[in-house]
Amino acid sequence: MDMMKKVPVREQDPKVRAANFDEVCLGYNKEEAEAEASRCLQCKNPQCVQGCPVSINIPGFIAKIKEHDIPGAYEVIGQSSTLPAVCGRVCPQETQCEGKCIRGIKGEAISIGKLERYVADTARLMGVRPEAPEEKNGKKVAVIGAGPSGLACASDLAKLGYEVTIFEALHKAGGVLSYGIPEFRLPKEKVVDKEIDNVKSLGVRIETDCIIGKSVTIDELMDKEGYDAVFIGSGAGLPRFMNIPGEQAMGVFSANEYLTRSNLMHAYREDARTPIYRGKKTVVVGGGNVAMDAARTALRLGAETTIVYRRSEAELPARKEEVHHAKEEEIQFHLLTNPVEILVGEDGWVKGIRCIRMELGEPDASGRRRPIEIPGSEFVIDCDSVIMALGTSPNPLISRTTEGLETNRKGCLVADEKGTTTRPGVFAGGDAVTGAATVILAMGAGRRAAAAIDEYLKNRN
Amino acid sequence: MFKILKKEKLSANIYSMTVEAPRVAAHALPGQFLIVRVDEEGERIPLTVCDDDKEKGTVTIVFQPVGAETYRMSFLEEGDSFADVVGPLGNPSNLVNVPIEELKKKKILFIAGGVGTAPVYHQLKWLHNHGIDADCIQGARSKDILILEDEMKAVTRNLYFATDDGTYGIHGNVCVALQQLWDEGKRYDHCVVIGPMIMMKFACQLTQKLGIPTVVSMNTVMVDGTGMCGACRLLVDGQVKFACVDGPEFDGWKVDFDQAMQRSRMYKTEEGRLFLEAKEEKSHGGCGVC
Ligand SMILES: Cc1cc2nc3c(=O)[nH]c(=O)nc-3n(C[C@H](O)[C@H](O)[C@H](O)COP(=O)(O)OP(=O)(O)OC[C@H]3O[C@@H](n4cnc5c(N)ncnc54)[C@H](O)[C@@H]3O)c2cc1C
Ligand SMILES: Cc1cc2nc3c(=O)[nH]c(=O)nc-3n(C[C@H](O)[C@H](O)[C@H](O)COP(=O)(O)OP(=O)(O)OC[C@H]3O[C@@H](n4cnc5c(N)ncnc54)[C@H](O)[C@@H]3O)c2cc1C
Ligand code: SF4
Ligand code: SF4
Ligand code: FES
Repeated sequence: MDMMKKVPVREQDPKVRAANFDEVCLGYNKEEAEAEASRCLQCKNPQCVQGCPVSINIPGFIAKIKEHDIPGAYEVIGQSSTLPAVCGRVCPQETQCEGKCIRGIKGEAISIGKLERYVADTARLMGVRPEAPEEKNGKKVAVIGAGPSGLACASDLAKLGYEVTIFEALHKAGGVLSYGIPEFRLPKEKVVDKEIDNVKSLGVRIETDCIIGKSVTIDELMDKEGYDAVFIGSGAGLPRFMNIPGEQAMGVFSANEYLTRSNLMHAYREDARTPIYRGKKTVVVGGGNVAMDAARTALRLGAETTIVYRRSEAELPARKEEVHHAKEEEIQFHLLTNPVEILVGEDGWVKGIRCIRMELGEPDASGRRRPIEIPGSEFVIDCDSVIMALGTSPNPLISRTTEGLETNRKGCLVADEKGTTTRPGVFAGGDAVTGAATVILAMGAGRRAAAAIDEYLKNRN
Repeated sequence: MFKILKKEKLSANIYSMTVEAPRVAAHALPGQFLIVRVDEEGERIPLTVCDDDKEKGTVTIVFQPVGAETYRMSFLEEGDSFADVVGPLGNPSNLVNVPIEELKKKKILFIAGGVGTAPVYHQLKWLHNHGIDADCIQGARSKDILILEDEMKAVTRNLYFATDDGTYGIHGNVCVALQQLWDEGKRYDHCVVIGPMIMMKFACQLTQKLGIPTVVSMNTVMVDGTGMCGACRLLVDGQVKFACVDGPEFDGWKVDFDQAMQRSRMYKTEEGRLFLEAKEEKSHGGCGVC
């Protein structure tokens, strides 16, 4: 075995998987996981831990894998993370834990994400579950949104003895994990639903079909329904459009619509009742995880798919693995390209997208080099559907209906490190505060807010 | 679960259901809608709240089977439940926010077409309960498919009927009826039109000609109903709006109806196929709801 190289992980063949929605990455088995674990140097000063936003004791859980102690490894991870089966699959490891791994200096970093996933999946098969506390402390907390931040906050509070109810607007819990990230990257029944079951088994109640700000307000929850504190983890779900001509044509979708139809409403299945448009040639605009997910979904639904992104490969914000997988699946990339107009046929359907080529100029506010148009470089890509994956912002439903809750210019809720908002007793975290970010950051924010809520309610007495 | 307490057939092809949904009932105001799912694999179907009983915690919906999902809905019976009912969604009618004294000074006309009568009823009832009586033109293809006649009469000052085939009231569509009222010297300073998009389009062309500011309720295609997907987007005064969170009511003179009608046909072929499948299944007795 080459100690400098990662133990390769088994994946579905690109040709086969391009036509199904089964998980792409098959994960490590016991031998592979233990071989990969044996590459870890068990550093005294583990850099990997500093790269992980929730500081999982990485050498600690890897040591347990080597000792064949999966429940032990699961417990080590559980001290810092509530959703290891998810994060092991979707964290941008290359810029976080694995990006800092000492092994990565001379060779390839330890496959920390894959090992984390192995531990979580194996523990689940072994029936290891978090335990509900013996006693309740008699206080009630309302959590808004059943995404990663809400689920993490609710779990921690339940473990501390609080009576927790999560209010979720959709008919299903999970947030982006259920409606956004596709099955082939994050299986729903096998992984997401199990993580939600774990939260429920701690005694957390989940009320779906309840939109805070519409079905009930935060004031009513606190004044009439007896909640002592509230955590807002409502995410950043509002889609952006480009405001270019033709965007209203038939066949133009936001990635949210497209992915929600496919994931939440199961439209990728032949027997589904919610329809989805199966294009022949689809163009996806954007370069993040959302764009990759939309493109790879369109591909699996039968379209020849092209991604159009205005910066270069180095700036693609998506996880490395997803870009790599998308390329293997023969999705075309038009980098340094920006749409200027969607061309509409007489029947009202999209028939093409006019784009302009870009070059990189001086760095902008984000520190990335700003793309500038190259005059006269316009060209047309023929297509029958366009999916806009340009990012999202927080939904104003809650801030508009809650007195004293401040938002910033971008519509994000104003909250400090611990999640304290401008309204006493109301805490917030995740995408609702940061704008669209990552699962691990949302989960971490939910956990910090849980600690802050506990402190707040203890001090109040 | 959201139990169906009462089901009524209002005409050959229009049903009303009263459903247990305390959270929706508690906040629902005229103009708002809700989303239902028939069962665990059901599509999310937006329907206007047509009545509510805040004490009993119930809401009433009125619907017409037009496709697979509403067809399935029509087989639910009293005692059955919807898998999901969520709401109230969208903004209440802007009339709700106008001070009562000011409303009393307004001469309001409603124009209702087909199932659009039900949402109009909710608004008329609310006004009536606040001491304001408005007029209404209720249109239908034929007398036998007019719905809620007695209920409408109870809350409307002057209720005019218009049937395409002349079997009841004015012979002609709602536009013919409005023109006739106008010619008789009736004047209005606010109009609310709810019905099929094509009817709203032509009604708005007429009210614009007559100079009566008009509000319409846009029943676009929707998925989540909370502003998350953008499926419901339409052009109002050249601006992109989301029907579910910016509406569903908009200034009828400014809505781009042609574009909205086009977009609402986006899934037609796909849906048509599913609908036919559902009908097929019915004869085989296998669709699970009938
Ligand atoms: C397609 C896609 C792919 C992604 N891929 C990755 C990835 O690979 N790796 C990664 O780390 N991150 C990824 N992300 C980002 C990540 O999913 C989010 O950062 C994360 O889910 C945020 O968690 P959250 O709990 O803050 O919000 P969300 O997951 O958005 O959950 C918020 C929940 O609150 C509910 N809600 C909203 N408003 C209300 C209300 N008024 N009342 C009640 N409920 C409400 C929503 O319905 C939703 O269920 C991806 C995002 C998308 C959209
Ligand atoms: C805010 C709002 C309020 C509504 N209120 C009511 C109501 O109170 N009562 C009621 O019966 N319906 C109402 N509708 C329309 C209702 O949601 C649709 O009839 C329903 O979604 C059709 O679903 P389906 O699966 O049965 O039909 P589909 O299979 O989706 O469609 C079948 C046929 O109906 C057409 N269609 C699709 N969507 C609509 C639509 N929105 N309006 C008209 N035709 C459509 C399609 O073009 C197709 O030809 C409302 C819609 C909105 C957005
Ligand atoms: S949670 Fe994410 S960043 Fe942290 S160790 Fe796991 S995969 Fe790495
Ligand atoms: S930095 Fe790499 S080698 Fe060192 S402990 Fe962390 S995972 Fe192991
Ligand atoms: S229905 Fe999804 S944004 Fe309006």
